Amino acid sequence: MPETGRKGVNAMTTELKILRRESAQSEAYRQSFIFETEDENAAVSTALTALNARDDLKDKDGKPAKPIRWECSCLQKKCGACAMVINGSPRLACDSKLKELGSVVTVEPLRKFPVVADLIVDRKVMFDSLREMSVWLKSELTPDENTQDIAYEASGCLQCGCCLDVCPNFYAGGKFVGMAGGVPVSRLIEQLPKDEKSEILKEYRKRVYEGCGKSLACRKICPAGLDIEKLLVNSNAASVWKSLFWRKK
Amino acid sequence: MEKTIIIGAGLSGLTAAITLARGGRHCLLVSLQASERAQSVLAEGGINAALDVMGEGDSPQYHFEDTMKGGVYLADENAVRRLTKGAPEVVRWLAGLGVPFNMAEGHLVQRNFGGQKKKRTAYAKSSTGKMIMSALIDEARKYEASGLIERFPHHEFIEAVIEDGVCKGAVVRDCYTDKSAVMRGKVIMCCGGMAGLFPNMTTGTTQNSGYAAAKLFEQGVIFGNTEMLQYHPTTIGIPDKRCLVTEAARGEGGRLYIERNGEKWYFMEEKYPELKNLMPRDVVSREMYFVRRREDCGDTVYLDMTGLSAEIWQKRLPDLRAEIIHYLAIDPAEKPVPVHEGIHYFMGGIYTDINHRTNISGLYAAGECTCQYHGANRLGGNSMLGAVFGGKTAAEDILARGENGNSGETEFSGECHADEPSEAVRKELGEILYSGLGIVRSEAGIDSAIARLDALEKREGIYPRTRLGRSMLMSAKARKESRGAHYREDHPDKDESLRAPTLSWCEDGEVRVRI
Repeated sequence: MPETGRKGVNAMTTELKILRRESAQSEAYRQSFIFETEDENAAVSTALTALNARDDLKDKDGKPAKPIRWECSCLQKKCGACAMVINGSPRLACDSKLKELGSVVTVEPLRKFPVVADLIVDRKVMFDSLREMSVWLKSELTPDENTQDIAYEASGCLQCGCCLDVCPNFYAGGKFVGMAGGVPVSRLIEQLPKDEKSEILKEYRKRVYEGCGKSLACRKICPAGLDIEKLLVNSNAASVWKSLFWRKK
Repeated sequence: MEKTIIIGAGLSGLTAAITLARGGRHCLLVSLQASERAQSVLAEGGINAALDVMGEGDSPQYHFEDTMKGGVYLADENAVRRLTKGAPEVVRWLAGLGVPFNMAEGHLVQRNFGGQKKKRTAYAKSSTGKMIMSALIDEARKYEASGLIERFPHHEFIEAVIEDGVCKGAVVRDCYTDKSAVMRGKVIMCCGGMAGLFPNMTTGTTQNSGYAAAKLFEQGVIFGNTEMLQYHPTTIGIPDKRCLVTEAARGEGGRLYIERNGEKWYFMEEKYPELKNLMPRDVVSREMYFVRRREDCGDTVYLDMTGLSAEIWQKRLPDLRAEIIHYLAIDPAEKPVPVHEGIHYFMGGIYTDINHRTNISGLYAAGECTCQYHGANRLGGNSMLGAVFGGKTAAEDILARGENGNSGETEFSGECHADEPSEAVRKELGEILYSGLGIVRSEAGIDSAIARLDALEKREGIYPRTRLGRSMLMSAKARKESRGAHYREDHPDKDESLRAPTLSWCEDGEVRVRI
């Protein structure tokens, strides 16, 4: 098997300062680890994997440490599992190349979900929101070429939760569901036939439109690079402006 | 009321759950992480069905013939006939769920894929798996709301509950609380391929440890064709895994070459003038392996996509281009990309009948963990089809059998853990298996791998995964011929007397193999 990763010329040493917590109930503390690599594609995920693979993991001060708990799956930016806060911003660990992060990197769990342990958070609230908003089709669709572009964009949401982490208006348990809710809904708004849209539009107005302060912080950090503004404009047009227009008529 | 336990919430697990729910039945959908994290979201190129929309006179019969031939006649003929016949309905169902398949002039368009003579692969740019998953997740949500689908989204399969030879349920651990529970009911395993037996060497997800399959093997479930590993011709190395360059890159016009005496040699086009770069994956990977070893050739095979039009990049392969730039700092529209074969798929797995029943009553399997559809080599575009169709078929069989018994409540109060060795041992096992199960194999190589495995087990103990690994090596040893992905340099020809699945199972702690 050929080597994985690309070898750069220079070895790189990174200190990872990780915010740790053994369980939801226990105290949080910071612990630093040193990771060295020659792979210029090495990401935070690479470092976490390598640290956990060590037989006797020790922190920067040589103190024995327990394996770092975190979630990952695809390691190529397509599943959203490894979302965490890196140097203060929510990102995917697999999409955070060490060479771009400086020699000391802070790593923390996402801030708007309950912590399970270390870097694992329970993102249940995102899935609950979608269920509460009835984000599903009631009947079969007839495929329509004109709706495919928006549907493709909206179906790309990873449900990673990064957008909720930076959103100034979202908090878990609130009425506003953030873009992790707004994006999947926008697929239905686009694809449903006109006479079947009213309920989902109502949900959209109530749980997305009315809560969104249009800071669009989410757009800049979306790891999937979704064009959130385009989806919002499209859904707003259908749910707010058109319905106002129809009501007047 | 009877509940069905589904292990795995990717394409096959979700489809099984939705099918059961549509039939009014309850299920417990168990997965290590949310469906958005399933390996299915990585599937890129597309899903096959003879929709006959491209004006080429395609039919399920042609799809059947290509699939059987691609798998070198090792697949279950009756199962493949049903699969290919049912394929158009599967794709139409998915389109009706809102999967944004590429369309033109009011109908779905289909692209060329390896080993197929017709344009038969429906696709959504180069993220078909993600698009299908998003639609299925939405559909499943409808039944989660009505209570028919109950999700257990951070839960690990520990073992099947088998009493008097009948599967009565599964033991499952909550990874967040570390408490385990016995779930009672019929079980459908949708746990993915055996990628976890090869840590860091495959294009798959790190979630897949291979443990679920290995445990079932140890518990007496019969497996088939475990020697059949698919090496995808075009992968690139990224940290901790291989990254796939979709076959669609060649379907849309990408060409493989190697430097020979300082000139580009398009070896696939020269050797296979009909299907060229789109020969089945086993053939392409083997050719790449051999040209790299020629004295007059360089040691790198390149995928040349510089001839693809701007429109193709934008409308059909946008994600692929971004991915290659991200990892290799090469723009594939400008420069050829160095590629290498990498382990991508497991044709072998749990042996089932055409209704997806295993040898243990009450236990079903669907998706990549099974073996009936792809024989000795899987065609691109058939895996997503097999996963969706398999999940649907297993669930339909359960619906047809009617309810029996009450599953009761699931209470998480136990303490059970997977029977797994350390990460170092898992890695060592992966290296041993890889040494015996490469693209080119020989009895001597396999024997040496088996000897290393003996030593590993002696030193570290016997585990479910060492047993399943042994089945792979013993199956490769038993198949003294070359067929599909299994190429033996000491038996380079096909032997028609071996045109039958390699069955393997664990009996009294011993691994046994029979063709």
